[in-house]
Amino acid sequence: MQDPDVVIIGGGPAGLSAARRLAELGIRNVTVLEREAEAGGVPRHCGHLGFGWQSHRRIWSGPHFAAAMRRSVEGLDIRTGTSVLQIGEDGVLRIRDRSGLGEIAARRIMIATGTRETPRAPRFAGGSRPQGVMTTGALQQHVYLQGFRPFKAPVIVGTEWVSFSAILTCRHLGIRPVAMIEAQARTSAPWPGGPIARLIYGVPVLLNSRILEIRGKQQVEAVAIQSDGQRRELACDGVIFTGQFVPERAVFAEGPTIFTAGNVNAPLKTSGQCWHEGRAVAENIARSLA
Amino acid sequence: MRNDFDIAVIGGGVVGLAILRRFAMSGLRCVLLERGADILSGASKGNSALLHTGFDAPTGSLELACMQAGYEEYLAIRDRLNLPLLESAALVVAWTEEELAQLPEIVAKAHRNGVRDVEQIGRGALRRREPHLSEAALGAALVPREHIIDPWSAPLAYAHQALAHGAEIRRNSEVTSGAYDGESWQLATAAGNLRARVTVNAAGNFGDLVEAIARPSPFTITPRRGQFVVFDKPAATLAKAIILPVPTERTKGVVLFRTIFGNLAIGPTAEDVDERDVAACDQPTLERLRARAIEMVPELSGIGVTAIYAGLRPASERKDYIIEALPTQNWITVGGIRSTGLTAALGIARHVAKLYEETIDSLPKAPDPIWTPVPNLAEHLPRPYMDGGEVVCHCELVTRQEIQAALSGALPAGDMNGLKRRTRATMGRCQGFYCSANVAAMYREAVDARS
Repeated sequence: MQDPDVVIIGGGPAGLSAARRLAELGIRNVTVLEREAEAGGVPRHCGHLGFGWQSHRRIWSGPHFAAAMRRSVEGLDIRTGTSVLQIGEDGVLRIRDRSGLGEIAARRIMIATGTRETPRAPRFAGGSRPQGVMTTGALQQHVYLQGFRPFKAPVIVGTEWVSFSAILTCRHLGIRPVAMIEAQARTSAPWPGGPIARLIYGVPVLLNSRILEIRGKQQVEAVAIQSDGQRRELACDGVIFTGQFVPERAVFAEGPTIFTAGNVNAPLKTSGQCWHEGRAVAENIARSLA
Repeated sequence: MRNDFDIAVIGGGVVGLAILRRFAMSGLRCVLLERGADILSGASKGNSALLHTGFDAPTGSLELACMQAGYEEYLAIRDRLNLPLLESAALVVAWTEEELAQLPEIVAKAHRNGVRDVEQIGRGALRRREPHLSEAALGAALVPREHIIDPWSAPLAYAHQALAHGAEIRRNSEVTSGAYDGESWQLATAAGNLRARVTVNAAGNFGDLVEAIARPSPFTITPRRGQFVVFDKPAATLAKAIILPVPTERTKGVVLFRTIFGNLAIGPTAEDVDERDVAACDQPTLERLRARAIEMVPELSGIGVTAIYAGLRPASERKDYIIEALPTQNWITVGGIRSTGLTAALGIARHVAKLYEETIDSLPKAPDPIWTPVPNLAEHLPRPYMDGGEVVCHCELVTRQEIQAALSGALPAGDMNGLKRRTRATMGRCQGFYCSANVAAMYREAVDARS
């Protein structure tokens, strides 16, 4: 088989919109490599509303948006279950898929591997290691993709936009967060984040607070926090570490034939912004191939 | 269910499993009783996974003898059990003039311990071997045969080999009391009673409490906590050898070492704690460990942290292992096995079998050994994802088939932590952001199917 002109690593909003835009521009020899079983990226597991406006002028849930993105690339070469292991010095991608190891070369490579939250370990959040500690992304997959309720009364660490997504995700299965904890003196998400959490969802927001220790043997039993200089305990059965997004750079490389788009480039963007960035980068790639 | 055994081993850590294997392979009817939901859930869960030569162990000690016998047997059986070995060597690095002055004695002691290939190397040779190490390193003792192994697949292989030879492993089976009637032990566990002619106490951090079933315990376990920080995989190219400090009277100190899974880690600390059960990390200590790692290898400042963990080593007030038989009570004590247990386990098991023969009874004629190779998780060797299938955990490239295999068979994972230890799923840099829900679903499916 002939090598494609463009290989896109990552089938989320940026990668899929780039594939579609390249096709519109007449570059049809494009391959998207997606390691999950289904393309769509993070929106696949954001079960609440808030997706699609910037790209489609509609307000959808994340899975609905992901399905719309997949429809928009129907007929293109989207290879799921395909992981890129390494981008070689020679620009050749070492990959693996359901049939085993392989290689793929292309004139242009686009890295669109997205972003993920910072989990517990690199935050050095101390204590024991019971079940019930996860990021928002993991919680969303438990709740929306598997229908699992991993805890009933968790503490939410962080007050970014995604932290409010964590509240919405909890409410979907009747999980009642006991508090949101924010290390700074104000919430990270702009006003009215704090009042919304308190007044609409009944979740107290503890500012100037950080987690000292997670307690529990099998399941989380409590967290010790430092709040306004005082040490106190919060009974809970889970901890959700939200936000502090970092680029997911399982593979990364730089060079004149390598492009990046979407949330693999900080700072954090919405899925709609990633969609637009994917289009723009696709146009740059098309120009570079002309 | 059969409830009458020749040997009951209390404790499903690496030491208990190696003893179970040894007796089962000798043709005795054996049972192992583990209080946790899975094997390896106590002291054996959090260590530095090194295969030690014994170069720095107390000369003439039982610990040294067991380590060296364990080292030899590990190398002898590892191909047949598919146990990995990452030949890294170790460097005892001197960072001050005082430490530099101690290196000749470290080399001399190694030679006294029979590890004759240990030699001192100068600053230049050290730099050539470890170009990423800080300029502050003044010299080192090179220990060519200290290596890196998999802390979980080795004891899992011992468990499977014991099972293949007819042993039983009972989890969630804390021993609550026992009585010896002159011929055999009646042991009461959280999951029912059983009878065993001989009881072996390999209860790790609970060793003194279990010992009290047979006699007032002559030793006290004061668990020593060790915390670790694991760096992301790009760090593994920054230190080829295991970087050891010049030891102090109390501890071997904080070690910088590659893991067999392709990371670089630093630890353990040594903190005496009251807690026997739960090993907790704390932020100030983790910050200090990270800072120490960066002092040793400055380029680590640009590399993220993948994981943190802590372990509890069963330290007693004695310097050496406590291994003795009470022939009048058909009881064998195996206590105070500290950080060297992973290396020494197979040697300890041989020593225990010898004690049994010398003081309790002869061993029957051993049947031909059955070999039970375990799946490979070492990054430097071929892994199943290379042959296709569906990858579930992307960071550690764990396939659906590997996870399913760990959830079935003769000793399926007893809990989520056991599943992680058997497969590495969710143990990579994203710590389950992408795959933990899928893994949880597979776990739940397997548990539902079993019940």
